[in-house]
Amino acid sequence: MTISHFSAVLLFSLFISIVFGITQRSEPKKMVRFGALCFALFVGGTIAASWAMWLIKH
Amino acid sequence: MTTKVQTNASGASPVVALLAGWLVPGAGHLLLGKWVRAGLLMVSIVAMFAIGVALQGKVYTPNTGEPLDMLGFAGDLGAGLLYGLARLLGWGQAPVLVAVADYGTKFIEVAALLNIVAAVDAHSLASGRKRP
Repeated sequence: MTISHFSAVLLFSLFISIVFGITQRSEPKKMVRFGALCFALFVGGTIAASWAMWLIKH
Repeated sequence: MTTKVQTNASGASPVVALLAGWLVPGAGHLLLGKWVRAGLLMVSIVAMFAIGVALQGKVYTPNTGEPLDMLGFAGDLGAGLLYGLARLLGWGQAPVLVAVADYGTKFIEVAALLNIVAAVDAHSLASGRKRP
């Protein structure tokens, strides 16, 4: 099996965010919100770090 | 002398919830009657572990003598029966040669660590430390 680096980021972020959402909050609404926040931060952070590395290289 | 034991609606003991959650991802929550949470945890952790194996990630073994490998082994143990299954079937024993396989190693390791987090959460729910 091979997947692109970005697909790997999306899958990694999705699964971690689900577990974090369920385990770190008590109410279902807050779980969904926290999970979505984690997902956005994981993916956004990766994209930001990727651009930072591109800028350093160029 | 009496010991005060906090109970939950399902009556499952915190230690049993912790052990069940460690052995089978989501089983701790299942024992507590949290079906949706149990299902989501099980699917997430098992899928992450399976993707890691499919990407040809490494499943760490004990006694390699390398400190980082020993840490990896300690982390992998968190997967419970999934780790036992992987060792039994010889998954993740090929050398890691490409970047995607290295991602696979991380998927396996993080799935195992998330399983510990989920098992501890089941323990907290059963002991009443976390609101159900």
